[in-house]
Amino acid sequence: MSENPVSTHSFVLNGRAVSVEAPGDLPLLWVLRDILGVTGPKYGCGINICKACTCLLDGKEAITTCSFPLARAEGHEITTIEGLAQGDKLHPVQEAWIEHDVPQCGYCQPGWIMATVALLEQHKQPTDEQIDAMENVCRCGTYFRIRQAIHDAAARMA
Amino acid sequence: MTEAAPRPPSEAERQTVVTIGRRRFLAFLASAPALVVATQLFDGARPHPAEAAAPSPPTMEELWDISQFIVVASQPTMPLVRLEIGPDGIARLDLPRVEMGQGITTSVAMMIAEDLEVPLDHVKVTIADARPELMFNQMTAGSCTLRTFQVPIQVMAATAKAQMKSAAAQRWGVPVGALAVKDGVVSGPGGRRATYGELAEAAALISPEAVTVQPKAVADYTIIGRPTRRVDTREIVTGAKQFSMDRMPTKAKPAMVRRPPTMKGTLKSINNAEAVKAMPGVRAVVPIPTGVGVVADTFEQAREACNALDVTFGPGPVDHESNETILEQLRAKLAGFDPAPGGATQVVEAEFDFAPVNHASLEVECAVADVRPDGADLWSGFQAPILAQQHIALELGLPQDKVKAHVVPPGSGFGRRVFYDAAIEAAQISKAAGMPVRLMWPRADDFRHGRMRPQQVHRFRAVLAGNEVVQFQQQVAAVATDFRQGLGEILTYAAAAAPFDAKQTIGNDMFSQGVFTTMVSSPYVFGGYKKHLNELANGMSTASYRSVPCQPARGAEEVMVDEVAAALNLDPVAFRLQWLKDDRTKAVLQKAAELAQWGKSMPAGFAQGVGIHIESRCHTACVVELDGRNPNNPQVTRAVMAVDVGLPVNPMTIETQMMGGIAEAISLTLRAGLHFQDGLPLEASYHHYKWLRMADFPKDTQIFVFPAGDHPIGGIGEVGMAAPTGAIANAYARATGIKPRSFPIVFPQNFDPYPPGYLPPPSYKSH
Repeated sequence: MSENPVSTHSFVLNGRAVSVEAPGDLPLLWVLRDILGVTGPKYGCGINICKACTCLLDGKEAITTCSFPLARAEGHEITTIEGLAQGDKLHPVQEAWIEHDVPQCGYCQPGWIMATVALLEQHKQPTDEQIDAMENVCRCGTYFRIRQAIHDAAARMA
Repeated sequence: MTEAAPRPPSEAERQTVVTIGRRRFLAFLASAPALVVATQLFDGARPHPAEAAAPSPPTMEELWDISQFIVVASQPTMPLVRLEIGPDGIARLDLPRVEMGQGITTSVAMMIAEDLEVPLDHVKVTIADARPELMFNQMTAGSCTLRTFQVPIQVMAATAKAQMKSAAAQRWGVPVGALAVKDGVVSGPGGRRATYGELAEAAALISPEAVTVQPKAVADYTIIGRPTRRVDTREIVTGAKQFSMDRMPTKAKPAMVRRPPTMKGTLKSINNAEAVKAMPGVRAVVPIPTGVGVVADTFEQAREACNALDVTFGPGPVDHESNETILEQLRAKLAGFDPAPGGATQVVEAEFDFAPVNHASLEVECAVADVRPDGADLWSGFQAPILAQQHIALELGLPQDKVKAHVVPPGSGFGRRVFYDAAIEAAQISKAAGMPVRLMWPRADDFRHGRMRPQQVHRFRAVLAGNEVVQFQQQVAAVATDFRQGLGEILTYAAAAAPFDAKQTIGNDMFSQGVFTTMVSSPYVFGGYKKHLNELANGMSTASYRSVPCQPARGAEEVMVDEVAAALNLDPVAFRLQWLKDDRTKAVLQKAAELAQWGKSMPAGFAQGVGIHIESRCHTACVVELDGRNPNNPQVTRAVMAVDVGLPVNPMTIETQMMGGIAEAISLTLRAGLHFQDGLPLEASYHHYKWLRMADFPKDTQIFVFPAGDHPIGGIGEVGMAAPTGAIANAYARATGIKPRSFPIVFPQNFDPYPPGYLPPPSYKSH
């Protein structure tokens, strides 16, 4: 850590400019949670396996914030689950999640929703094979309804 | 003219008696201006008698299942649970159970709305903090929340509705019979209307003796039984739902524990505490009984500090044990079989072993602790908050009432959160460091030091005479499951209230065998039926896991049933239909077989498989299709389940719980297990522990929920695992020709494990 001294890092978080004094190699997840108090992104593994901490980079690319250094956020736009809705107007992916009553415990769902938003940026009508390639872990086993909700969200956004 | 103020009702007037079935309840009212209703059971609930199915006599589980213990133990303090309707017309219940994803806040709200006659959004169900005065009535376990609260809620809601009508009748000077109630509004002759909110104060002063309390008939239900979306989904999908680690995120400091290299190793010395305290962001380094607590400004700094610590640990109880050595000890623990009766023509035997498994909740073990000299507040996903509060108070040397255990809905529970290891550690570290902390077990520690579902072995023998099974035995040996989490107290209490024949069994085999016999059903007419569990107490960290003994015990039995059918050259579904005891089980099996087109032709390498299971008064059957072309990469391609829970409160939730059971069955049957080796599991994250992913869950899944029948309400949280376990293993055998004997079936140790004690960094860091 000595080679990564504390310095100032500025980025846009959910539409708002923020500056953080922290080491540049601090994982963004802990910058968000422990320093900024933004708790939507969840810890599940810390090593980019479970994808519970997924957020958006510049509105479209899925990043696992547990394995994304603060320095790489410099000058970029970061969107967490809290920044997805426009005021009271939910994102179509969130609406589809409610329609299909997806969550059980709910812990992994912010990561799934952000990963789905990114998937739909890449593929407007994702195939089942493209959905199969999603690696997020759901311990409660809500996969069936997640798949339904992804297809539904794609239809809502078409 | 002066109108006399309404006279508060006397205690006698505050009481009324309601009879539902064989049970009688006392409903009473308290405290204006809100209408508050509670119930008192004063006539013992009798268990639902199983129909004797000679020649296999009713088994323990059929007479008195484990949920019944919790139902009975909960009743004495039920008057302390109250339904309140305030001037805003909202009905509130602070539920002494925890929402873990099983949907109880929605289902309980539906039950209240039904008998109160209000829209669902007029009901708010919250999760109660630890209330020690509730005694045994605050443990979330045993799939019995709805079963426990069904009648108390009926009584409270129906009484409150009657009070509201009576208050309106008084106000308008009309008979109660002239009034109607709909959507929380009482209406009367001449277009008169009053909301519950407007009537609440007057209703609280009405004598319940004067009202008729009549819970609704099932046939009149409009909310119960209707597929209903969860009430808490919006807060989940917006990130607003707070889990434990989301409390005080910038005030309570991140904390982790450097743990020993073997399970339950003991702390000897910290050799570089000062150097680690000087690391960036580190606030405190404190010894605790389970390791070394580190408090830092961020969890990443805590992780780095844990890795940097030089600690000397002593041995733990199982340093030289591995799955292989434990399996040998378990086999030695197995009791022998009783001798076969005369006239036997065939004997079918099989042995199945199950690796230990981890609960693997996405939210790791965690708790927030704010310990001060004069009191403490804890936040965690407590399934048993009263015991946690007592234990933490003892640990801190504080009076129990100075410790608040706040119950936070966890990121899944599955039995693991009946223990509160993280809360104890958080309290110890907060006290020693003198600051509030958020303690989290990193994923590697959660897998390696977490309480496991114990490794176990099941040995079966079926003795056949002609086409009949005349004796069926199941001998089980398992590493001891730790039940010191409150269930023990409930069992002890409720044993005294159990029927005479139940008392005998419970007295003999308290706890483990008690749990085994009150959960594991024996659903077939197989002559002399005997099942027994012996335990190996070796000091490993264990806990109950969703369905406790059922997924392995009944899943393996369903494989055994297929092998008996095969020995008789009989179709597995036809054989089961011939010998199942209960018509409800037969009905769910017939439905699942029909929907799945049982017996249809399958391509080479593919097969169907079937399994049934009864648990917590709920009957299930499952048929799967499995692609076994590569025996080392089996895939479940279709799953059909039929479920009869007696009274389905929310079919949408029942469906998700069955899907959760299918997910458990796919994982635990095919790929997910722990390689315990030299005192520690090798698995440290989800790339090692093969919990199923999206691609593993069948795209073709169908759940059929039976409508309400003339049966008591059952439980749904745990029953969904065993039928698909049997179905998957049976399909695997039929598709591959390989008899499954060791679970998970595909279980290579083909990864490089992390060194013991090491907490891996994000990949962009080299160290």
